[in-house]
Amino acid sequence: MSSSQNPLTFQQLVLRLQNFWAEHGCVLQQPYDVEVGAGTMAPETFLRVLGPKPYRVGYVQPSRRPADGRYGENPNRLFKHLQFQVILKPPPVNVQELYLESLAAIGIDLRKHDIKFEEDNWESPTLGAWGIGWQVMLDGLEITQFTYFQQCGGIDLDPISAELTYGLERIAAFLQDVDSIYDITWVVGPDGRAVKYGEIRLQDELQFSVYNFEVADVEKAWQHLGLYEAECQALLDEYAERVAEKSGSSGEERKADRRRFPVLAAFDLCLKCSHLFNILDARGAISVTERVGVIARIRALAVGVAKAYVDQQKASEGSAAASEENGLPQAERLAASRS
Amino acid sequence: MPDFLLEIGTEEIPARMIDSARDELARRVGDLLQRERLVETPTLQTYSTPRRLAVLASAVSSAQPDITEQVTGPSLKVAYKDGAPTPAAAAFARKLNVPVDSLEKITTPKGEYLGATVKKKGRPAAEILAESLPKEIAGIYWAKSMYWRGKSAERFVRPVRWLVSLLDGEVVPLEFAGIRAGHTSEGHRILSPGSLPIDRPSNYSSALAKASVVTSAAEREQRIRKALDAATRTLPGARWREDKSLLDTVVNLTEFPSVVLGNFDPEFLALADEVLVTVMRDHQKYFALEDASGKLLPHFLAVLNTDGDPDGLIRHGNERVLRARFNDARFFWQTDQKIPLRQRVDMLKAVTFQKDLGSYFDKTMRVQKLGSLISEAIRNAGTPVRSGVVFKAALLAKTDLTTELVKEFTELQGIVGGLYAKVQQLDPILPAATAEAIGDAIYDQYKPESMDDSVPRSVEGAVLAIADKADSIAGMFALGLQPTGSKDPFALRRAANGIVKIIAEHKLPLPITKLFSDARAEYTGSEAERRFSKEIDFDEAIANFMRERLEFYLRDVCGFRYDIVNSVLSKEDLTPALKDAENPDYGPDLQLIDPNLKREPERRLDPADWPPLAVDLAAAITSRSTTPQLKSAATSFKRTRNILRQALDNHFAIGPFNYMLASAEEADAVRVMDEAAVGFWGLLERGEYGAGIDRMAALADPFEQYFNTVMVMHEREPVRRNRLGFLALFYKQFRKIADFSEIVNEGT
Repeated sequence: MSSSQNPLTFQQLVLRLQNFWAEHGCVLQQPYDVEVGAGTMAPETFLRVLGPKPYRVGYVQPSRRPADGRYGENPNRLFKHLQFQVILKPPPVNVQELYLESLAAIGIDLRKHDIKFEEDNWESPTLGAWGIGWQVMLDGLEITQFTYFQQCGGIDLDPISAELTYGLERIAAFLQDVDSIYDITWVVGPDGRAVKYGEIRLQDELQFSVYNFEVADVEKAWQHLGLYEAECQALLDEYAERVAEKSGSSGEERKADRRRFPVLAAFDLCLKCSHLFNILDARGAISVTERVGVIARIRALAVGVAKAYVDQQKASEGSAAASEENGLPQAERLAASRS
Repeated sequence: MPDFLLEIGTEEIPARMIDSARDELARRVGDLLQRERLVETPTLQTYSTPRRLAVLASAVSSAQPDITEQVTGPSLKVAYKDGAPTPAAAAFARKLNVPVDSLEKITTPKGEYLGATVKKKGRPAAEILAESLPKEIAGIYWAKSMYWRGKSAERFVRPVRWLVSLLDGEVVPLEFAGIRAGHTSEGHRILSPGSLPIDRPSNYSSALAKASVVTSAAEREQRIRKALDAATRTLPGARWREDKSLLDTVVNLTEFPSVVLGNFDPEFLALADEVLVTVMRDHQKYFALEDASGKLLPHFLAVLNTDGDPDGLIRHGNERVLRARFNDARFFWQTDQKIPLRQRVDMLKAVTFQKDLGSYFDKTMRVQKLGSLISEAIRNAGTPVRSGVVFKAALLAKTDLTTELVKEFTELQGIVGGLYAKVQQLDPILPAATAEAIGDAIYDQYKPESMDDSVPRSVEGAVLAIADKADSIAGMFALGLQPTGSKDPFALRRAANGIVKIIAEHKLPLPITKLFSDARAEYTGSEAERRFSKEIDFDEAIANFMRERLEFYLRDVCGFRYDIVNSVLSKEDLTPALKDAENPDYGPDLQLIDPNLKREPERRLDPADWPPLAVDLAAAITSRSTTPQLKSAATSFKRTRNILRQALDNHFAIGPFNYMLASAEEADAVRVMDEAAVGFWGLLERGEYGAGIDRMAALADPFEQYFNTVMVMHEREPVRRNRLGFLALFYKQFRKIADFSEIVNEGT
């Protein structure tokens, strides 16, 4: 429960967080337009944390987890929830204080609440990614996952990125003191009537639960998965081939050729695979032996994309700016100017 | 003498790692001070909170004491020529910065050398500490650590944000993780934000107390206990459930603890206690409250990291979270009932047990058969067991892994299955008592979770728990995934300890080798078997592993003396090598013994294979371990064994004993021995090991007498052979109990 009289609406909450992080040097991105299971999987996190370039970004990410759907009947569970995702690369020394300030910015008077940082490390085998961090507990409620990324796409990160993932529905329900996500006020309309989360999202939850659990065509989903995987793999193979090519064109031409190569499209295809896997999983269509194998296949794609992306970044940057030594001072400048 | 303070300020350290890291830091600082002669014995105070580890060393020398030492230089022959110092002598003097004429002569076993007594100036403490402490800080062990300044920088459990390092009022200028130590600490994040100057080490704790940080973990624990008591007193007749591990956790999650009492709707009390307590304790870190009879009350206690909750906002927030959690649990419980456990067996095909060992469905099929084999074995050996209960419980045991409630609260696996089995009608024709027994067996299947935990309540539960664990161990060993050193990712040691504890405490007549050969056989022809390791010698690896676990159980859990455990589990047994000594001819006088009793027990059971036997034997020996009879019997046994070993090494013929060749003394001794042995067999058969030991120990004196009067290793072969044959009889009887040569007699 917020201590202020008029708690933020859902969309005010988003706006406040966006403003706060914009003021602290973040690029405000828009939600990624391919299905993902978490904000981490959006390229603004998965790819941007790779390589030496400092970066700060914030965005809302609708996160689809087919198996978590509850037909809109459970007041605390959603098939698709909204995360506010912040990446600080590298993390400034006052990253925790900044985070606490962001809570003040959304109307939480920390002097009147109990906040704890409890150990919770994050890992995604499918993405070859893991990090060290906490779940941030506010009066016993987990409101944020705070992670120092250590590895992504199987690649050791340098610099490290801090990832803050705010659970927007939970925070809004806390601020507005409602027991069901569907009772969250999304916005107060011009007539003074509260538009509820349920009005906007309930249908979504019901229909996608039906689709994911009952209707999704298992055989076609397998076919789609195979098709997306094959195309992604073909792109990765093609990229690897061009990297291996030594003769023919000049070094500059080869670099230009690599720069325009659609690694980002390969990543979209990988995300499609991941989502299809989740649907098949929700349908109970994946047997034990298949399960381990499919996760390994998707991981191989994610790792392949990460490798290609890092290589491409090197090719894209001018030789002076590309060196890793330049990464850190830049990062420090950025941190110093903002903190 | 000054005090020294080191504080490492960090972002929140995981609660479970704080205590050991604090102690390690103190040990490292103490050792360093001692090693560098800055203290004689360190006097240390340690402090820890989630955001800091600190150590205060009292009375540290501000510098190392100067030392005088003798330095050896070139040999005299080289150093002087014609009585005058050579350039070598001059160079030596220059190096030590002393006049040449102050050099002296040193005589060593190797000859005469030039030497000098030099005073070595002790280095200042600040210099040594600044130089050495960064290495000590970096050396602290963390179960999991991280980078935050990039891959080329340091690792630590969480980012280090400040360092305080003071020798009295002076900063010791050390640097770690790019941070220079200073005077400045930080107070409580919310209650006293910002920097906090520390003027001198002795004021550390009081300065932080003013900044709302209780630096002593013990003091925080005291405060939390008092606050829990105080909040509980507002509810007449209530008490909070003591929970040491939860208390340790919240002590290390707070810098300034306080407690709020919260409530929940009594209608949630209809949920199983196990579910309520798990949600409160494991997920919310709340203490549960109960009435005088132990019944849960609709209240909880939350430990806060702040000074109170005047507006009730924090209580309200925590109640909200708990309500949602309980609602979830209730929702899951209700949803789960739509598909009863018996319809979930097939669903286990989609749940991985281990990637190479297949699904939980595969495991279920194996455990069900293994459970039947165990039931049969123990029933044949006289232990009543309801095989049908084991069979049905094994079939349903893992089905709760497919339930929503277990997916949400994984720590409740088994327990949920047991609870569901009891509320669901498993089979209309089952009598209620049988259904209850099935539920209990499922409920207890993961017991014992630790050596402090109890074993399954019923024999059926015991059989299921053993079968489940043995199946996992057998599969993992066959894959070559046995534990090594400190690595035991599948917790196989815990599983094996559990098996030993269950067999021992239920006194099950179940040999370990049979259990594991049966468990291994269940994999025969399976998909998994193709992935089994070719390198591993399964039987030997299992035997060694289980023997270690049994040793651990006897020593560390039962508390038996190590030498007694060794004597019980000893692998050395000369009996098979003493075959020739069988069928002695005692002579006509000894036919008076009751022929019914004169039957030697069949091959002696190996206590390493039969945990209840090992426990009984160890207990019997322990209860007599201080008696003089046992001590002298052990001595006689050791002597006998040594002589026999020597004889075997020399390929001497041993026995059989023949009265015709015996002297009068020997014939007497044999008579005593034989009478004792016959009674002894009966005692062994009835499991009266203590009385058996007494019977054998009574032979100690006659034996001592025998050794004193008879020379066993006689030069004449037939005599020697006969006497060895007699010793072999004695050895064999005693060895039926234990290898007494392992017993360490104090003072001998």
